[in-house]
Amino acid sequence: MAEVQIKEEQRTKKQKNVVNDFSMTVATMNGSGSQTSNLTLLRALFKMGIPVSGKNLFPSNIQGLPTWYTIRVSKKGYLARRNTHEIVVAMNADTFVEDLASVAPGGAFYYGDHLKFEINRDDISIYSFPAKQLAKESAAPANLRDYVANMAYVGVLAHMLDIDIQKIREALEYHFDNKEKPIAINMGVIEAAHAWSVANLKKTDPYRVEPMDKTTGYVMADGNTAAALGAIFGGVQFAAWYPITPASSLAEALSQNIGKFRDTDGQDGKTYAIVQAEDELAAIGMAVGAGWSGLRAMTSTSGPGISLMTEFAGLAYYAEIPIVVWDVQRVGPSTGLPTRTSQGDMLTTHFLGHGDTQHIMLLPGSAQECFEFGWKAFDIAERMQAPVFVMSDLDLGMNQWMTKPFEYPEMPMDRGKVLWEEDLEKVKNWKRFEDVDQDGITWRTVPGNKHPRSAWFTRGTGHNAAGAYSERSADWEANMARLKKKFETACKYVPEVVVDGLESAAAGIIAYGSSDQAVLEARDYLAEEGLKTDYLRLRALPFTDTVAKFVEGHKTIYVVEMNRDGQMKKLLQLEYPQFATRFVSIAKHDGLPLNARWVKESIQAEENSHE
Amino acid sequence: MSENGHSDGKQPSAAPAPSVQLNLVGLSKNDYRGAATTLCAGCGHNSISNQIIAAAYELNIVPEDVIKMSGIGCSSKSPAYFLNRSFGFNSLHGRMPSVATGAMFGDHRLKAIAASGDGDTTNIGMGQFKHVMRRNVPIIYIIENNGVYGLTKGQFSATAELGLRLKYQGVNQFTPVDIVQEAMASGATFVARSFAGDANQVKSLIKAALSHHGLAVIDIISPCVTFNNQEDARHSYSWGREHEEPLHDFTFVPREQEIQLGEFPEGTTRTVEMHDGSTIVLKKLERDYDPTDRAAAMSLIEESHSEEVLLTGLIYVDESRPSLTEIYGLPKERPLNRMTDKDLRPAKKMIEMANAMMF
Repeated sequence: MAEVQIKEEQRTKKQKNVVNDFSMTVATMNGSGSQTSNLTLLRALFKMGIPVSGKNLFPSNIQGLPTWYTIRVSKKGYLARRNTHEIVVAMNADTFVEDLASVAPGGAFYYGDHLKFEINRDDISIYSFPAKQLAKESAAPANLRDYVANMAYVGVLAHMLDIDIQKIREALEYHFDNKEKPIAINMGVIEAAHAWSVANLKKTDPYRVEPMDKTTGYVMADGNTAAALGAIFGGVQFAAWYPITPASSLAEALSQNIGKFRDTDGQDGKTYAIVQAEDELAAIGMAVGAGWSGLRAMTSTSGPGISLMTEFAGLAYYAEIPIVVWDVQRVGPSTGLPTRTSQGDMLTTHFLGHGDTQHIMLLPGSAQECFEFGWKAFDIAERMQAPVFVMSDLDLGMNQWMTKPFEYPEMPMDRGKVLWEEDLEKVKNWKRFEDVDQDGITWRTVPGNKHPRSAWFTRGTGHNAAGAYSERSADWEANMARLKKKFETACKYVPEVVVDGLESAAAGIIAYGSSDQAVLEARDYLAEEGLKTDYLRLRALPFTDTVAKFVEGHKTIYVVEMNRDGQMKKLLQLEYPQFATRFVSIAKHDGLPLNARWVKESIQAEENSHE
Repeated sequence: MSENGHSDGKQPSAAPAPSVQLNLVGLSKNDYRGAATTLCAGCGHNSISNQIIAAAYELNIVPEDVIKMSGIGCSSKSPAYFLNRSFGFNSLHGRMPSVATGAMFGDHRLKAIAASGDGDTTNIGMGQFKHVMRRNVPIIYIIENNGVYGLTKGQFSATAELGLRLKYQGVNQFTPVDIVQEAMASGATFVARSFAGDANQVKSLIKAALSHHGLAVIDIISPCVTFNNQEDARHSYSWGREHEEPLHDFTFVPREQEIQLGEFPEGTTRTVEMHDGSTIVLKKLERDYDPTDRAAAMSLIEESHSEEVLLTGLIYVDESRPSLTEIYGLPKERPLNRMTDKDLRPAKKMIEMANAMMF
């Protein structure tokens, strides 16, 4: 009896105080400066040691259309997006009604009191605050008032959720690069809103935060910046790009940061070049030219750009030219949903090009891996003398992620099989495409080599082992067979999978990229409800031997991904036709990052349908 | 001689006899040759290939210091037929300019000779052609212009004149693209036109282009003897011979060589100083044409249209604009593709800076 009573008390207390476990969505207008407010909240929470993730749901628009920013606070460290929003902050009249409706029962709704709407809910806590008035009374010049008005909700939430004001200041100092004036203006609004809130608002909802120590040893980073920094540590020498959402910020981060790391000492000029090309055809064409001439060359794009790069991808595959291509995926086909996330380019990219073409793909699953694959991709491309596609996505690339710090590359740069003058002196009968090492990878030279036997003629036309033009069937078949062998050799060089449970009676799950977070969380829920799962996270194609073992070791394998057609599932079925019926597609393509509840329920539904 | 890829299905030319003449870098003319051509006998492109060989030989260029770039088409095959000891890249249709742009960053000390055709440049490749000129990429961009598609057998290209009748295509209904005009409009810094039948002029222009430090466009009317060599066709040998009007007698004087203007009566020549110290001596003919005058160049092109003449020679040159690789501030001597881990990978301590940049 006493035990029951204690449990009841705990339940009531828990209802009163939900600590570090909720989602909060801020509804604003695109271009209104709310991103600064949202990042400030996110970073302050992170600085308080609470695991946190931020997802920006923004329109394809410069100014005026609605945008939502969701912050998830999770003491358990879950970083995936949730569909439930316990706290909603409404700052946009256009979406007020739907924002109000979206608050979870028992949740909290905050709105700027300049928005005059009927409040038709009594199952949630309602708080209004004078955002415009606070901005007007602040030190902000008139033209910035609308921007700093968004800081009012930061101050109100700081009070209502117990966010440490000092951590908010630290977040602003980072954001404004320690520039005192903007920090002071914004802090002024935040502090005024905080004080107003203390005096005027009475908290009736249960959601609040408390400091933890769960973010020590982590940083906050977006995948695109991480990728750019990774490329810099990979010794990138040439990058060509064409603007496209959501990939632009990768090339921009490269341009903005490379000088800080590379213009340091000993050089009388730049050791790199970054060119904004006239289109994606030219971007990859330049990268191919640079890769051919012996440089670590890359380009970055998204789905429409990948389509345009098709012909060059096939040429680079066949003429054996190392390049790195980042595909920060968005929703297609066509222009699709250009500001929403997807894993929809897997099939296209893997086989990009006409004829028999098959590409190496790397699949980063975190910002830290964007950094790691940023440098590793060059090693693999130059080793394999082939294009390497790194498949990121909008969610991974553009959102802020709590991630392990970047690690310095553990091995020296692998420049692959390149012969210089002194090497050619030793090699008497070098032929460009002769497979002397029997691994499918042949020795190459690059322009600028002064040896009289160094030059070769690069062509997309049929060629023999010496690279000479050939229409002989035997030459064609031999060369294509070698390229296939080379692709298989790539298994030895690509990143290995991350696997938990190689062989068991449990259900198997395969996922990759940014789907990882939702799968990790869903596995916990499934386990709580009695379904044990094993999990393999792919990190590259071609598939390594471990993938084969995992597939052999599980009778049912759920392939979780963000597209309509279960593209990775299809690639697995092609690779393992004898096990084709084992794969079950758990695929969603609504443009939003995966949420764990949906993954859990979809897998349960499949499990139940088999019973 | 390199075995790698140049033979284009045929045997490379024979090694030189011991008595053969050598240039200042100790090479014979054979060291500059390519594979035997597979183009039609009499094709203008073969004549251009020969002039490239002669120019490189006479200028004592080391073949390893040259890269050859091309797209797709008859003209784009031609790099296999000259400079066997130079690296070559026969890339994609209309996309040579982008490949050449990237390639120039590998070793910026190299010279690039690009061969393209009128279809490769003005049909499928017009976009990249325009942008490679904007960027002043240091390549010699030769368009072997015959107004017609060869490999696909006789379709119109965008440089075909209005009213041209071709055997299987009927009559061309559309106005032609003038490559020189496009080059001027796009800010090319060296613009020339020539005629494959005027071998000496072709060679002199190529030599001059090799000493230009930005992008050099040479539009060479190069007749297609199989599909477009009718007497009255604008890209035929006969029309070219009858209508060519050289703007000047063109002499290229390399840096090492002394200019002897004494042989020309005063007031009969113009000289243009090239970036590398070479000089172009232009002997006046009918007109006193100044190829550094942009407005004059533009009106000259209009005149060539209205008068129906093939005006050849150096139409425009501007040595003042920096080339792409200069704009990018690359190291003076060391090429990017000889750089090592030490040059390219930030020091280990820099990883802390990378992480400190994150929140």
